[in-house]
Amino acid sequence: MEAIENVNGNSPILEINHLGKTFGNNEVLKDIDFKINQGDVVCIIGASGSGKSTLLRCINMLEAPTSGEILHDKENILSKRKEITSYRAKVGMVFQQFNLFSNMTVLENCMIGVTKVLKKDKDYANNIAMKYLKKVGMAPYINAKPHQLSGGQKQRVAIARALAMEPEVLLFDEPTSALDPEMVGEVLAVMRELASEGMTMIIVTHEMAFARDVSTRTVFMEKGVIVEDDTPQLIFNNPKNKRTREFLSRFMDN
Amino acid sequence: MVKYIFGEVENNMTSNLPEGFFQWVWYLLQQYGTLFIQGALYTLLIAVIGTIAGCIIGFLVGIVRTIEVNPDANKIKSGLLKGVQWILTAYVEFFRGTPMIVQSMVIFYGAMEVFGIDMSPLAAGLLVVSINTGAYMAETVRGGIASIDSGQTEGAKAIGMTHFQTMLYIVLPQTLRNIMPQIGNNLIINIKDTSVLNVISVTELYFAGKSAAGAYYKYFEVFFIICVIYFVMNLAVSRLLRLIEKKMDGPDSYKLVTSDYMSGEITENSSTIKIKGGKQ
Repeated sequence: MEAIENVNGNSPILEINHLGKTFGNNEVLKDIDFKINQGDVVCIIGASGSGKSTLLRCINMLEAPTSGEILHDKENILSKRKEITSYRAKVGMVFQQFNLFSNMTVLENCMIGVTKVLKKDKDYANNIAMKYLKKVGMAPYINAKPHQLSGGQKQRVAIARALAMEPEVLLFDEPTSALDPEMVGEVLAVMRELASEGMTMIIVTHEMAFARDVSTRTVFMEKGVIVEDDTPQLIFNNPKNKRTREFLSRFMDN
Repeated sequence: MVKYIFGEVENNMTSNLPEGFFQWVWYLLQQYGTLFIQGALYTLLIAVIGTIAGCIIGFLVGIVRTIEVNPDANKIKSGLLKGVQWILTAYVEFFRGTPMIVQSMVIFYGAMEVFGIDMSPLAAGLLVVSINTGAYMAETVRGGIASIDSGQTEGAKAIGMTHFQTMLYIVLPQTLRNIMPQIGNNLIINIKDTSVLNVISVTELYFAGKSAAGAYYKYFEVFFIICVIYFVMNLAVSRLLRLIEKKMDGPDSYKLVTSDYMSGEITENSSTIKIKGGKQ
């Protein structure tokens, strides 16, 4: 399971070495090695409880890893705690439950990080928020509050909020799992567009067709271990590992 | 002679004083109307300022009490935090656990005898109401913060906000909105409970009533008037608070922004904005 080298040959944006996470005596992640290069669209698949989401949350430091290191710009972000906020600003996250700020309008949701974290002025924040809200097709709704939107609309705003920070990499934690079936498509379409534009993304998903068609790399996880990390063609058509085969065949049967 | 004089006085009194209940109410209003209004204003002043100050105290205490002790922080810092939290807990328990009427006696006379501070009754009243409300509000704020969905905090952290920014822009505004009904409760309770401050002779509404009632021994009539004034004040306050809540919620519906306005707004700046981290 060797990581595939980026075609551009750039140094990786993120490099994860021997990452481990335990909750009490429950070992959720075991010795994870993982590299993200610029332009990678990595889909992480696997059964519930395999540690996919925990890995993503560790990358953004929403969970503190118990061992290993996360290198960003060749610096281990686990060693110096003070830099976490500026690191997080560069690593965007889209949640399953959207997590839009319910006390703010759509536009304010997309502006607050730009003004308060990136310390840009209001005009800049307004323009960049509008730019990305337009991209996700939510520009007409700038005055709405989150509770007035549908699930798909909320998730598109959440993507715009993350994009407005102009992150180096965007993490998606099961972005369509909380959506009604008819709304999954509109969110996946936005993500497809981002991928085609070269956005670096790590996506935890159960949407197998999306992973197969859109990702540049697909990672299969089981019981806290990366079982296989390869091109989607190989993972879906000719998986090396028996467990990957079993998981995929179960999924295709359903 | 004496009988004559007495008779005339009696005659005089009965001819000038009203007979029925409503006549008495009207008479007392004419006689003591300004006193009642003055008392009502004192009551409102103490209740409003006490509630606002109590809210500020409550937010500060509630916030400090909800700070989680970071196991990685150094021992002096976490020890200090625990000490402060213990003191604040003691404050909350003490002021919730004793009646305000007793607190006002202890503070007013205690300040005078122990510290030699001669507080005006009004100042003592404001202090008692503020710290009493603060103790209740601290618990309300603590519950309000706990009720905010952890997703809100995670969303804020994920875009790089510090703990302080997360509290200031995300958690506390939502907490404030959620506890508005409880703040309203506290204000109404304070309007009524300032009446206990008459024991340290704050000239609030109840005190005004007591003074007026004693003059003609017309307790029922006077306190009927006082009762109506309290009720009208609280009714007005509760309507006002509902209006404020509605204002905080913003409009029920939203306006869709037309595409003409949008495209003009965006094309102006779109050339300068590119997706970072992409290959394009």
